[in-house]
Amino acid sequence: MISAGPAGPPIAAVAVAHAPRRAQAPWRLLLRRPTFIAGAIILLFWVFCALFGSAIAPHDPYAQQLLATNVAPSGAHWFGTDQIGRDVLSRVIVGARDILLITTLATVLGTVLGTVLGLAMGYLGGVFDVIIGRVVEAVLALPVVIIAFLFVVALGPSPLTIIILIGLIFTPLIARTVRSAVLVESQLDYLSSARLLGEKSPHIMFVEILPNVVPAILVEFTVRLGYAVFAVATLSFLGFGIQPPTPDWGADIAANYGVLPAGYWWSTIFPALAIASLVVGVNLVTDSIEQVLSS
Amino acid sequence: MATYLLRRLGLALITLWLLSVIVFFAGQVLPGDPGRAILGNLATPGAVATLDHQLGVDRPLLVQYWSWVTGLLHGDMGLSYQFRSPVQPFISAAIVNSVKLAGLAFIVVVPLGILGGVIAALNVGRGIDRVISVTGLSAATLPEFVSGIVVIVIFGVELHWFPVSASAGAGASPLTQLDHLILPAIPLILVLFGYIARMARAGTIEALESDYARTATLKGLSRPVVIRRHILRNSLLPTITVIATQTGYLIGGLVVVEVLFNYQGIGKLIFQAANAKDFPMLEAGVLTIGIVYMIATLIADVLYTLLNPRLRLGSNQ
Repeated sequence: MISAGPAGPPIAAVAVAHAPRRAQAPWRLLLRRPTFIAGAIILLFWVFCALFGSAIAPHDPYAQQLLATNVAPSGAHWFGTDQIGRDVLSRVIVGARDILLITTLATVLGTVLGTVLGLAMGYLGGVFDVIIGRVVEAVLALPVVIIAFLFVVALGPSPLTIIILIGLIFTPLIARTVRSAVLVESQLDYLSSARLLGEKSPHIMFVEILPNVVPAILVEFTVRLGYAVFAVATLSFLGFGIQPPTPDWGADIAANYGVLPAGYWWSTIFPALAIASLVVGVNLVTDSIEQVLSS
Repeated sequence: MATYLLRRLGLALITLWLLSVIVFFAGQVLPGDPGRAILGNLATPGAVATLDHQLGVDRPLLVQYWSWVTGLLHGDMGLSYQFRSPVQPFISAAIVNSVKLAGLAFIVVVPLGILGGVIAALNVGRGIDRVISVTGLSAATLPEFVSGIVVIVIFGVELHWFPVSASAGAGASPLTQLDHLILPAIPLILVLFGYIARMARAGTIEALESDYARTATLKGLSRPVVIRRHILRNSLLPTITVIATQTGYLIGGLVVVEVLFNYQGIGKLIFQAANAKDFPMLEAGVLTIGIVYMIATLIADVLYTLLNPRLRLGSNQ
């Protein structure tokens, strides 16, 4: 949330420097950064697991072996088995699917709606801007998880509810970033000339301004993706996200952390490390994109 | 100054009203039929209707909202569905517990976060800056239960340094309570560190690039003096605001930590209320978090204005 403030204006200013015809340059710069490569490899690994998880998992993630519960990591079960004898490695691999799908869709939804709203707030301004500003303030007064929590309890947990909810919560936050980027743009000459040419507002907003604020939106998207992972995993951990027995990192941790004091650490640590690696992967990519765009 | 404060207060009240609408909508409109939710699918329609009437949820929405809000203004948070007794004492007791945990996290993380951010800024672009920035960002977006699990396994289960449960039991000495709160505080510290360090870094970089910092250097002041007298004084000001805005988050992050460590604070209370579909308790808890956040940001804004001579003496705002 905080990143929106300091990151907004400088990135928007950079947007001017990168004219559309030289748009390929940032990609080459990104590929030269080791942090980006490392982050991208982690993300691609989990995307691969999400796509082909069922095929590469060594065991059936749902299969219970009641004679082999809480088995420590071994050759047969690399990550051990959980309380009801399910293979932890298989559940970690297959568990990538739902969290990746939900976080990506939620962030895309929030980014699309937030961009439209932000363009309107920044370009049209006025009463519209003031009203949305208050709503943003009210939404910010509560952590994302708490709002999501409140509504999921009321509506009942389902992946679609979570996607829509997180997307809608992100909308005003993303809109605020887009708005500040648009405000920088509206000082520039190309907009007054577009207006003088008699272009309509929608044309100016989406054809003239939008391409110039794409870098700011891109950074905001990756930052939000990190928060989406946070929110979805937390909701699952609290029991308001992906429901058992579907393999899911957060829900699996919630199901197994009770046996931690007994020394059965593997059934919680491996899903926890999976979440941590996903978060670190997203952040390495985010950080590299920010670096490239502001250098 | 007075007009600024009045304006600021007015905006806070509008935000508070919006917040109450959001919370009311989620707690009272969306669940549909509270009587059905409490009694379950097997209850007769008559019983459900009677309970709905007792709870007052069969009245028009505006009437319900009005009586809820006027009740809140009189300090009446309603009756808990699960305990059939007033919500307010539960909230007060839970807040005290949460403040202990949050306070501990705050005392540790504020100096640590500022130090990390300033070190990163003074080495901007170098290895240590990237390490602090990426670690901070990852710590800020790593869910508390993930870092919580890791500290439980390492310090609680393997090393036996600290107790795994947060509650020290009734009548425990402050020192014993502190011992129990150390592990739960760590996940909160990690998340907040990322935010505070990021803001302190941005503020310090801005001050480093300023004209007055260059002038101070050019007139021959040593680097430590420039940093202490010119850079830090300017860069730490915005950080105060950020620290205050994080109190809202902090209390929210308590949900996960308190559930994980089984600690009877406001977060655990909300969690239990949610599972029991105890909407009056849930709404009151969430609204309390919102109000605490608003008060904290209000104080931060006022502090910021008071500490900053340019705003205190200037005519802007």
